[in-house]
Amino acid sequence: MTYQRNLVSLNTLNEDRSWELATYERCGGYTVWRQVIAGEISPKEIVDAIKDSGLRGRGGAGFPTGLKWSFMPRSAAGQKYIICNSDESEPGTCHDRDILRYNPHALIEGMAIAGYATGADVGYNYIRGEFMDEPVPRFEAAVKEAYDAGLLGKRILGSGVDFDLHTFVGAGAYICGEETALLESLEGKPGKPRFKPPFPASYGLYGRPTTINNTQTLASVPMILRKGAKWYAGLGPEGSGGTALFSVSGHIEKPGNYELPMGIPFKDLLEICGGILGGRQLKAVIPGGSSVPVLPGELIMSCTMDYASLQQAGSSFGTGAVIVMADTTCMVRVLQRISRFYMSESCGQCTPCREGTGWLYRMLTRIVDGKGREEDLELLLEVANRIEGRTICALGDAAAWPVQSFLKHFYQEFEYMVRNEGRSMVIETG
Amino acid sequence: MTEDQTFTIEVDGQQLEARPGQMLIEVTDAAGINVPRFCYHKHLSVAANCRMCLVEVEKAPKPLPACATPVMNGMKVFTRSPLAREAQKGTMEFLLINHPLDCPICDQGGECELQDVAMGYGGDISRFTERKRVVRDEDIGSLIATDMTRCIHCTRCVRFGGEIAGLRELGATGRGEHLRIGLYIEHAVASELSGNVIDLCPVGALTAKPSAYQARSWELSEYDGVAPHDGLGSNLHLHVRRNRLMRVVPRENEDVNQTWISDRDRFSYQGLYSDDRLQRPMLRENGKLREADWQEALMAAARALKDASGARIGALISPSATLEEHYLATRLLRALGSNNIDHRLRQGDFRGDAADPALPWLGQRIADFSNNQATLLVGSWLRKDQPMLNHRVRQSQIDGALVMAINPVAYDFNYELDVDIVCIPSAMTKELAGVAAALGVDTLGIEAVPDPAHHGIADSLKSAAQGTVLLGNAATMHPDFSLLRALASGIAAAAGVTLGFVGSGSNDCGAWMAGAVPHRDTGGKAIAPPGLDAAAMLEQPLDLYLTFGVEPEMDVAEPARMAAALGAAQLLAIGSHTSPWLLEHADILLPAAAYAETSGTFVNIEGNAQSFRGVAAPPGETRPGWKILRVLGNLVGLDGFDYAESTEVRDEVLAACADLAPDNRIGDLQDRKPKSAPGEWERVGGVPIYAVDALSRRAHALQLTPDAWGGELRLNTAAAAALDLGEAAAVRVAQGEGSAEFEVRIDDAVPDGCIWLPTAVPGSEALGAAFGPVAVEKA
Repeated sequence: MTYQRNLVSLNTLNEDRSWELATYERCGGYTVWRQVIAGEISPKEIVDAIKDSGLRGRGGAGFPTGLKWSFMPRSAAGQKYIICNSDESEPGTCHDRDILRYNPHALIEGMAIAGYATGADVGYNYIRGEFMDEPVPRFEAAVKEAYDAGLLGKRILGSGVDFDLHTFVGAGAYICGEETALLESLEGKPGKPRFKPPFPASYGLYGRPTTINNTQTLASVPMILRKGAKWYAGLGPEGSGGTALFSVSGHIEKPGNYELPMGIPFKDLLEICGGILGGRQLKAVIPGGSSVPVLPGELIMSCTMDYASLQQAGSSFGTGAVIVMADTTCMVRVLQRISRFYMSESCGQCTPCREGTGWLYRMLTRIVDGKGREEDLELLLEVANRIEGRTICALGDAAAWPVQSFLKHFYQEFEYMVRNEGRSMVIETG
Repeated sequence: MTEDQTFTIEVDGQQLEARPGQMLIEVTDAAGINVPRFCYHKHLSVAANCRMCLVEVEKAPKPLPACATPVMNGMKVFTRSPLAREAQKGTMEFLLINHPLDCPICDQGGECELQDVAMGYGGDISRFTERKRVVRDEDIGSLIATDMTRCIHCTRCVRFGGEIAGLRELGATGRGEHLRIGLYIEHAVASELSGNVIDLCPVGALTAKPSAYQARSWELSEYDGVAPHDGLGSNLHLHVRRNRLMRVVPRENEDVNQTWISDRDRFSYQGLYSDDRLQRPMLRENGKLREADWQEALMAAARALKDASGARIGALISPSATLEEHYLATRLLRALGSNNIDHRLRQGDFRGDAADPALPWLGQRIADFSNNQATLLVGSWLRKDQPMLNHRVRQSQIDGALVMAINPVAYDFNYELDVDIVCIPSAMTKELAGVAAALGVDTLGIEAVPDPAHHGIADSLKSAAQGTVLLGNAATMHPDFSLLRALASGIAAAAGVTLGFVGSGSNDCGAWMAGAVPHRDTGGKAIAPPGLDAAAMLEQPLDLYLTFGVEPEMDVAEPARMAAALGAAQLLAIGSHTSPWLLEHADILLPAAAYAETSGTFVNIEGNAQSFRGVAAPPGETRPGWKILRVLGNLVGLDGFDYAESTEVRDEVLAACADLAPDNRIGDLQDRKPKSAPGEWERVGGVPIYAVDALSRRAHALQLTPDAWGGELRLNTAAAAALDLGEAAAVRVAQGEGSAEFEVRIDDAVPDGCIWLPTAVPGSEALGAAFGPVAVEKA
């Protein structure tokens, strides 16, 4: 089966110098924004169209975008903000980077439209510090182009519409991808998530109503409005409209970013990516970035890549970052590596996450070092259970889910290592 | 909130009344339902980070923190359900894994929130077998001991710094398990409220350094006390072991000090145990002091009082003496035929005595200061002089009030002043007259053209629904206090705000009520002709002086003049401490109990009488001051001096004051000529926070803080250049007949042409009043 690629957020990808304004406009870019400026589309129509399109947040949580926008008190007086979360740090995920590099104007147009729809005339794009080298300059150059073309700024193209867009570069903290930690960081404070409620739509940046969306989400907006909600929704199955950018990594022949329709069967995605590296057997897949539960190969082979199917299988669509592991992979070491990440990235404010993530990592390290004990496996699970659902933000859950799912699906590997002084079942028994 | 806005929630099957906007924990706390917590504190913002107060809420998929969950009509909450208990136990386990479980050697042991909660929610054996975290300690000064390995990161201390102390000293750096509470830059914490973090800290990470490892909490008996250093009368708990006061902590009183106290109130007890406590009566014989027994000493004192001619006796009583002591001293003096009694020892100007109200006070309740919309401070370093009142003013500013000041130094406040007029002392009357002129009221003949700052102050006061003009300690010490007061009174009346006085000790109101002033007797009854005031007693030397609770060289307005007058007369000194000057000049020394050692009453500056018991044993043969005065009364043959208890004395004064209400109405001022004139150099005085009385001057730990004033003198860069002085250079100051040497500190908070040199600090004994012309030269 063949699939159409790069229909939405990477629509310019096949063009020469895809990131330039001229290219973007040649591909139909800014037509919606110009219609908005001309007053041809009302904010309500925009929000309704996004709702109808079935677009859900691509940053990991999958919250319906149109619904999020509708929470904004659009006509309330005072400053409101639209923020793009380009702090892409979920392990395995690298699609926002490519949007910033190859199609920054889709994001700019999407942010401007989102700002108009939610009553925000100032936008910030919070870009992770590690993107300093290429994505940040690309994006900033595009913003400048848009300003120079009169598409951003005050009284845009002689209308009454204002929209100013600023770039903010983070300092490389995973936690700043959590939207309220991002707000704190943007305000110049340490990136520590806020307790919710209040939610950003009522108390956001500097205490003002704020909407925060992921890069891919916002970059999808112009095409949705250009081609219609129905068209977008129809690209994917019920409940998972449109396309997604899959970042496929791991033991795969052709790792990379693939924009494909939602709902594509995993086996088709695997085929498009050239199959398992070196023709080996598939062992497991983390289908949505390291935070979501792992799925054994046989289970995911029958899944389609959308919210419902993956949830039914016991995992989640997450960020669409597909981490593929072949049968040579030691799952204990993978979990140790993942746990180290969450220990290092915990902001430290909530007790269970601050103390528990380090405990998990140390137990796993002890097991890998051959000093594991039989009771450690139960304890790992109990510690994970005591973190899950007990913290201000979802980092605690993200640290717990891999532990729970790895133990669920690959218990015998852990048991083997504990009983055999740290030797891996995968290597020993191949 | 009105009655119809409340609704009902159900907690553990109990129906509880709640108001919209309340957090769950407020409702359970009010109902006495115990929900464990570490980060929550009712006077701090909600952090919701410790995760100890997780409870089950019906329909919520996860346990929710009671501290951050708003109540909703009809919600059902379970604080002890299996889900809630599991969540609470889970958090407890996490808190304990890296906490050193060495309670037997921890100073917090026995009064530790973590220890207490662990009894209910912790496991008996730790499942954590990895290595524990160790955190480096920092030296954060002489008041707070740190043991940061014990820290559980509740961030109460951090929030206290930002929200209450107004000083972001402590903060969280690092993240994850490297999150660390500490100073961004290691130095001594410079806050007058810093000790409160000791109480806030739920574990042994921050403990009291002065009392570290000296007593276990279960060895201590807790008694109620009242703070003895400023007019607030902060409520205290005094912790006593074997008759010795071991430490002091706040006693909650929402109307006065809430849950806080100042460092001065917390640590001054150290002064009780200084080496120079007066322990036995002493008599001067052939020019030399010798110890005497009470019988002999009291007979000698009574004889001296009887032998002196009534009007030739003068009494200087500390404003921090108790109501009972003020009253008995007043009665003794008046019975001997003298009206020469005063507690206003540091006041700089008595020309307004005839215009005095009967009972000057704060003008408002302390708690009402939080709700003021405009505050004008005149001659006040409120932050250091009355820290807990400053806290209220700061809260008002956070809520949008304007705080303005006219001061002789750009004092450091823990908030930004909205208008900050800093001028040389002799120009303060003119600046205040500018505000008066802007409001169109009498400027007392002072020529004043209001500038925008004056108009700003005037407009802010006028548009405030509730506000105050507060005369601070520097205003009281000013040589034109009567003028400043008259101007402030006119301004307050015209703007429709209150006029307030802060008092110089812990019992100014009590002194007025008792009649420890030359022109009013007990109950505020006017006396004509009045006796000599504190200044006149020194200007017109008398034959016999009685001092009570006073170190004369430190506690009176003009030490040099005091020395001349008291040095030449007979001196009967009753007090708790000796001083070099007293040992040289006193003829009879009688040891009196200090605060915490005697029963008594302080009437705080809002007119509220707070009585206390003596809970610590005074050293040696020291007796309560009120008993010494009573016996002296008996010995000189006065009737009605047969009190068995101090409460009888108190009841008598309070009955006599039944018709006396606090009042700040100022009468017409006769002498309107400013006394202060600009000199080549003007002295700016004031009393540093830890120099206000004998106790605080002897509190060792307080003297090691950045707020303690050593032998320095401050002047600004231009003044230093004019005198060819660098930092730490020696400088000589001459005032009147006296002179002394100091070390230069360059401080641009001091206006041009001024030196900032307080009274009651080493070196100031030889000099004159706090404000006035001085000669300054390189030494």
